[in-house]
Amino acid sequence: MFDLAKIKTDFPHLRREIDQSPVIYLDSANTSQKPTAVIEAMRSFTEQSYAPINRSAYRMAAAATDAFEHARSLVASFINAGSPDEVVFTKNATESLNLFAQGWSRQHLKAGDVVVLTHMEHHANIVPWQMMVAERGITLRWIPLTDDGHLDLSDLDNILDGASVVSFTSMSNVLGTMNPVHEIVQRSHDAGAIVMVDACQSVPHAVTDVQAMDADFIAFSGHKMLGPSGIGVLWGRPELLDQLPPLQGGGNMIDDVRLDTFTCAPVPAKFEAGTPPIIEAIGLGAAVEYLSSIGMAEIRRHEMELTQYALDTLSERFGSDIVIHGPRNVEERGGVLSFAFRDLHPHDVSQILDERNVCVRAGHHCAKPLMRLIGAHATVRASLYLYNDTRDVDILADALTSADDIFGL
Amino acid sequence: MPGLEDLYREIILDHYRNPRNRGELETPPAVSADGHNPLCGDEITLFVLVEDGIVADIKSSGQGCSISQSSASMMTQAVRGKSVAEAEALIHHFKHMMSIEDHHHDEPAEAPALGDLEALQGVVKFPVRIKCAVLAWNTLSQALESA
Repeated sequence: MFDLAKIKTDFPHLRREIDQSPVIYLDSANTSQKPTAVIEAMRSFTEQSYAPINRSAYRMAAAATDAFEHARSLVASFINAGSPDEVVFTKNATESLNLFAQGWSRQHLKAGDVVVLTHMEHHANIVPWQMMVAERGITLRWIPLTDDGHLDLSDLDNILDGASVVSFTSMSNVLGTMNPVHEIVQRSHDAGAIVMVDACQSVPHAVTDVQAMDADFIAFSGHKMLGPSGIGVLWGRPELLDQLPPLQGGGNMIDDVRLDTFTCAPVPAKFEAGTPPIIEAIGLGAAVEYLSSIGMAEIRRHEMELTQYALDTLSERFGSDIVIHGPRNVEERGGVLSFAFRDLHPHDVSQILDERNVCVRAGHHCAKPLMRLIGAHATVRASLYLYNDTRDVDILADALTSADDIFGL
Repeated sequence: MPGLEDLYREIILDHYRNPRNRGELETPPAVSADGHNPLCGDEITLFVLVEDGIVADIKSSGQGCSISQSSASMMTQAVRGKSVAEAEALIHHFKHMMSIEDHHHDEPAEAPALGDLEALQGVVKFPVRIKCAVLAWNTLSQALESA
């Protein structure tokens, strides 16, 4: 049941006021605020249950291990994984993407092997592969964009021909575009490629079903989905996780160690060297329980309505003074609104909005190749989540009009 | 929170709307240096012609916010025709005004006149914008080092 008034009260940070005015938080594509349920779960676990996991034999340590593994199960259910063992806890989605890009390239790719990316990737799904171009001599190919901010799939079969890996985002963090994930996965598999989906922007906002999606790996971050910073997820098919080497050696990831050699623990421990983010895992478990209690389909519906309202409101009030990037159809996009406002620099727009406690991102959004393609050095980005409402959008629009007073337009 | 009028002074907006000394110079004899602000994507390229220890000509190109662009415009006006030593003193003084100069040096007894640049003093109250204001000045340091 989607009760916006109740949801609003669940987020202590959003109930704050600065200079006697409410906080209008429109930067959730960057990172999300946390509900009391998450904050309390982490606090009470820390106060009453904190202990080492997977190591010590006393009851408290066993209970902490159970709580940690229960969090893994909750995340597995949330994305409809076949088993909790398919869920690897990492530091964030960036680490998940690096773990796959570096590990898979070193173990399975040789000079000239082709990895396909898209022009709308975040730096976290570009730079690790560029590092592997330098180290392994792999070749990158790119799926381009259409003028209206979709992936241009018209030449996809040629681009995929002979590719070993396809790694692409489910949703652009700049344009908001939701890509046809299932179609791209199928066609990549038909071409014989292994598929990674950077699901960082979509997992917090829509139903995720890894079995229906049919990809081989996906990556996402806890902090964008109401969980704490410091924890992310790599999900993978069990047989492919077995073929992926660990990046880090250390405690917890081994089966046996001798002076001259070691053997790895089974997945997922193989990838979780050292003490993992235990408290953060408890927080992420609480976050997916909270999201599930509201319902991801309900959240998606709310954000589609609010995105439509924002597109309409900004266009009606500012006409040609505002240029919003990405698809117009809310069925094909999430609540990420990157825009140019008059000829004002995004940094100045952000400064003016901050005067009204409106929090947005201004800059290149860690997607500089995409920004060059859309001809913008920087944009203002307002991004919506379950806790935003039409009033937030109205205050954003009101705050934009105050740019007139300052810049005398 | 300090008022935006402290940040967006009229003279700053004037330099932003009508930047002085925009353009490029032939290299050589001029030298050029690039500056980036990775946070917001501001970019500046400075072209500096030094003759007999004097900044004989200076041009800037690039794009960025009102603070970085107006600071660049005022900077080119302030250092054009000055000796390299005077320009370096001005860089030091401006960064001191932005409260980011290294603390081993005290403010010189006879501070060079900042003129229009005084208008940027309000930036100090908006710490995230200090990087915007000093971008052109750091780039000038680089250019003078290579001149």
